Amino acid sequence: MDYTDTIDTCEFVDSCVEPEKDTSLLLQYLIQIQYRYNFVPEDAISQLQHSLDLDVAHIKSVISFYSFLNSSFQGHYRILFSDNITDRMLGNQSLYEQLKTSLKNHKVDIGFTSCTGFCDQGPAMLVNGMAINKLDSKRITQIADLIQNNQPLELWPEGLFVKEENIQRSDIQFNSKAGDGKGIEAALENGSDAILKILNDSGLRGRGGAGFYTAKKWQFCKQAISNQHYVVCNADEGEPGTFKDRVLLSTDAHSVIEGMTICAAVIGATKGLIYLRGEYRFLVDKINEVLQKRRTEGLLGQNILGHQGFNFDIEIHLGAGAYICGEESALIESLEGKRGIPRVRPPFPVVDGYKNKPTVVNNVETFWSVSRIIVNGSHWFTRKGTPQSTGTRLLSISGDCERPGIYEYPFGTTLTEILKDCGGSDAQAVQMAGAAGTTVVPSGFDRAMSNEDLSTGGSFMVLGPQRNLMDLLQNFAQFFKHESCGFCTPCRVGTSIIADVIQRFKNAQGCEHDLKQLRDVCGLMNISCFCGLGCTVPTVFLDALNQHSQMFKDLMKTDSSTPCFNLEESVSEFKQITNPSGRGL
Amino acid sequence: MADKIKIATVSLAGCFGCHMSILDIDEKIIDLVELVEFDRSPLTDIKQVSECDIGIIEGAVANAENVEVLKDFRKQCKTLVAMGACALSGGIPAMRNHFTLEQCLRESYVNGTGLENSCIPDDVELPMLLNKVYPVHQVVKVDYVMPGCPPPADMIWNLLTALLEGRKPEFSAEDIRYD
Repeated sequence: MDYTDTIDTCEFVDSCVEPEKDTSLLLQYLIQIQYRYNFVPEDAISQLQHSLDLDVAHIKSVISFYSFLNSSFQGHYRILFSDNITDRMLGNQSLYEQLKTSLKNHKVDIGFTSCTGFCDQGPAMLVNGMAINKLDSKRITQIADLIQNNQPLELWPEGLFVKEENIQRSDIQFNSKAGDGKGIEAALENGSDAILKILNDSGLRGRGGAGFYTAKKWQFCKQAISNQHYVVCNADEGEPGTFKDRVLLSTDAHSVIEGMTICAAVIGATKGLIYLRGEYRFLVDKINEVLQKRRTEGLLGQNILGHQGFNFDIEIHLGAGAYICGEESALIESLEGKRGIPRVRPPFPVVDGYKNKPTVVNNVETFWSVSRIIVNGSHWFTRKGTPQSTGTRLLSISGDCERPGIYEYPFGTTLTEILKDCGGSDAQAVQMAGAAGTTVVPSGFDRAMSNEDLSTGGSFMVLGPQRNLMDLLQNFAQFFKHESCGFCTPCRVGTSIIADVIQRFKNAQGCEHDLKQLRDVCGLMNISCFCGLGCTVPTVFLDALNQHSQMFKDLMKTDSSTPCFNLEESVSEFKQITNPSGRGL
Repeated sequence: MADKIKIATVSLAGCFGCHMSILDIDEKIIDLVELVEFDRSPLTDIKQVSECDIGIIEGAVANAENVEVLKDFRKQCKTLVAMGACALSGGIPAMRNHFTLEQCLRESYVNGTGLENSCIPDDVELPMLLNKVYPVHQVVKVDYVMPGCPPPADMIWNLLTALLEGRKPEFSAEDIRYD
């Protein structure tokens, strides 16, 4: 809808703001305003300032933090191409150029964004926050026509928005059913200690990547004395190459919500929150339907399953394009309506989390697995996997393979086997666990996916023999530079330096000085960054330096230790702006 | 005279504040000139740097001429010192890095108030501006740095005396604490 006037804006803001005037909903209000006007007008900011009694500076600082919020009007359509390495491998750059050229006389905002979670069906994009996949030249022409005719998004052909689930391999978890309330019943009948015992015996570890024992986390939270506890589902699936949580929420939200409800019964929470990444906004209605259905079935709300005094309900909070919000303490800040800056830990969220109350934050897949383990028992789970990594987990496989999609594997499965199944046996490398993960080359394909060996948050990107590893490094370096929250200097500056150095190697302009600087910065970030994001940034670059030192040497311009500074390139803008005739260096 | 240590100094994109701080060593400058001879420097107005023992750079690198002068200094000086915040990290001049060069030039020369026949100056006599402003160490190798805006006179004196005595200059945490 068009930006009309002050009165309309103020009325809209007033209609959004709930009577409790809870400032932790600020981000949610800003997102609603963004999607109504395609930016956040000044009028809306001052109206929010009055109704929530917040500083303008605070509101603006929140707007500037999140990629999906604009402070100025850029056009009725905002198109963001997903820019993960897998999208690039599928040719997103030329599609971007095509769309830009077709719409050069139209006021639209066309840009890039980090991985949107459709790597198995890319190249992907978001139009005003809604996902469109499997882009090709034909689709781009179609989209350009729709925009030129000013067609509102609601009237675009549904076919454009079709999403596939692509579940390619099932094991015990996909083959069992849960989410129908039996798990909650069991939890209520047997009591929280029995549930914790089952989880403890199952050895279930968090599926977000860090692999902390779920039973332990719940136990700590349960023990924390407070008048209120919270359950938070981390659905901010931002690690490039991961899309399993999207599939779980879209095909089996019941199980995820049941897992959250079981957690609530154990820790004594009455309120749960699903933090859904902005890229998955299309799932909001679907999840809300499930929530509503469960309320009518007595699986959510007051006196759940007739159990007096067990009250629990769930709200969805949207993110707005910030990778760092997948880190649990940044996620909590974001839930509280603030910039997503990680907190000092300890205290950990289990004692001091959302609104400073004890909070369990678990990944979507963790809750989904809980719902199954409670129904089937711990032995059912532990008969798969390895001693330190029990059961199965989901991998999101994308890149150069014949059958990308979701694969459920027991822990301990080797990369060779996985590559054979997905049709990527000729891979030159696998990027495990996303941009912050490890690059595994063929000599390591006999290694196993597990916490003992190669741990992963679920991302599995295959690089075929035709790919240039430098493209991967450049893509990740840009990603980290963009997604660093900017709070601590080693990460803010370090990611910029890494991006610059990698770019020079990409242009075959590297030098010995760059190599040294890359190693120095990586070493420094490893030990001095404030949060996990910063500390894991160096992994992929150090892997490359160690495994492919010849590639770096081949891309050097000189081997001197002097910084390489290219004067010709450094004055390119000035030459463009001014009359270039008669100027030489 | 031949035995004297030769020092050259220059201000690239800087405000000469660091050079003012050199002068703040007050009467010690009399001791200094006993030991050293100044080559190219705003104090001597010599235009070209010749072979020197120590080169001291103030300011960031913002245009093609800065690059040329800086590379000249690196070539001619045995030891190169970056002096002050702009030389170390870009400082105030690097604040323009948040904008494109064109935005900056338009703001000053096209959209500014009170301009007549406004246009972006492009006389060939003017040094070409770099797309972005750089700290000194991103263009040449630097041996020592003196932080501060400006570095206090005592720090400059410490560094010079250490170098003259053949010691490695070191600053205590106290010396480089500015808050």
